[in-house]
Amino acid sequence: MRKISARMITDTVAGLCVKANLILRDDVLSALKTAFALETNARAKGIIKAIIENARVARVDKLAICQDTGMPVVFAQIGREVVIEGNFNAAINKGIESGYRKACLRSSIVEDPLSRGRARYTPAVIHIGMVNSNKLKLTVLPKGFGCENKSQALMFKPTADISEIKKFIVNAVKIAGPDACPPYVVGVGIGGTADYASLLAKKALLRKIKSKKSKLEKELLGKINKLNIGPMGLGGKTTALAVNIETYPTHIAGLPVAVNISCHALRSATAVL
Amino acid sequence: MKRIVTPLNKGQIKQLNSGDEVLLSGVIYTARDQAHKRLDETIKRGRKLPIDLKGAVIYYCGPTRTPKGKVIGSCGPTTSSRMDAFTPALLKKVGLKAMIGKGARSKDVVRAIKKHKAVYFLAYAGCGALIAGYIKKAKTILYKDLGAEAIHRLEVKDLPLIVAIDSRGRDIYS
Repeated sequence: MRKISARMITDTVAGLCVKANLILRDDVLSALKTAFALETNARAKGIIKAIIENARVARVDKLAICQDTGMPVVFAQIGREVVIEGNFNAAINKGIESGYRKACLRSSIVEDPLSRGRARYTPAVIHIGMVNSNKLKLTVLPKGFGCENKSQALMFKPTADISEIKKFIVNAVKIAGPDACPPYVVGVGIGGTADYASLLAKKALLRKIKSKKSKLEKELLGKINKLNIGPMGLGGKTTALAVNIETYPTHIAGLPVAVNISCHALRSATAVL
Repeated sequence: MKRIVTPLNKGQIKQLNSGDEVLLSGVIYTARDQAHKRLDETIKRGRKLPIDLKGAVIYYCGPTRTPKGKVIGSCGPTTSSRMDAFTPALLKKVGLKAMIGKGARSKDVVRAIKKHKAVYFLAYAGCGALIAGYIKKAKTILYKDLGAEAIHRLEVKDLPLIVAIDSRGRDIYS
């Protein structure tokens, strides 16, 4: 068994929060640069240029890429041979508190969703999975709510035609329209249960933009980029940088589909202990 | 590119057309969800607002904390449509003249902008670090307990904006 201290987890999570919020993911930045080269609409091109410049300023000036530093979502893969010394969830939240404080990020989390109250840095949404290894993998995904608010989930009939599902996914992007900071990365979860499809849709955002794409993913990206939403919703062929789909077995009576949209500031950082 | 300076007068607003790119200088006030809710409750009670918004520009923004040695943290626009329900009263009752945010507005807001000869601008969305460079002074002036959602008075210099809805009600998104 390998021991990992709560302190080590806290320090790691703190570092991941800073990295994710200040340094735009390489794959996202490179996709934006490709989009800049391919975009023909002058205004869209200008906006993509500003987005790329924003990432540079954020990195150099040590400012958050976006003022919405999100609700921190943490994915933890705990190896079966790892022993965590201390309280795991508390260690993660302490790390978020420390990282967010250090980098002057925004406290955007209210204690009670109904009565609201003063905003704080925590708690994070924490997803824990167990794997066969002697390592601990931690990923922090600060999810902004401009785009999280555009999430959708629908329970299709098991006999639904694939065209209905495609329509639902493209329509979710259409509804997000100019509001959620396009160009988007579209995460899709298909299968499992209603909650699990939503989780898959979020996990899909962690996959690299340039990861190997299925026929369906390519087709959907093509359809979405024909919507002419474009950067800031002002037109152009850059409405989404990628469509990532994750699937899971499901029940004979159903076909859950969830869409989780990310703004162009798709932020995440991972560490393996 | 047009340069405009606050306070925005009728003449300046009239000259702005949907789609124009402008550079704004002067004073703007941040306000987002909870600040709007409080302002709206005050208006509904028939009380005087604790801030004079006549002719003012509101920026839908909740900045990150200000790092040491900087004027402000990351400070891009938030989704404007969440403020739609509160906007017509601000235009009608207190004389608000301009808003800065991101995304489309409701039909009611477009109508109210036209009726009260106001204007709605877009700021570069998701570019909070870049926008911070255009803010020359920042001070929290109202609802301090709201943290990032408090009302901050910002002095901006040549802040790049796009006119989305002009005083004739022409909407870039329609």
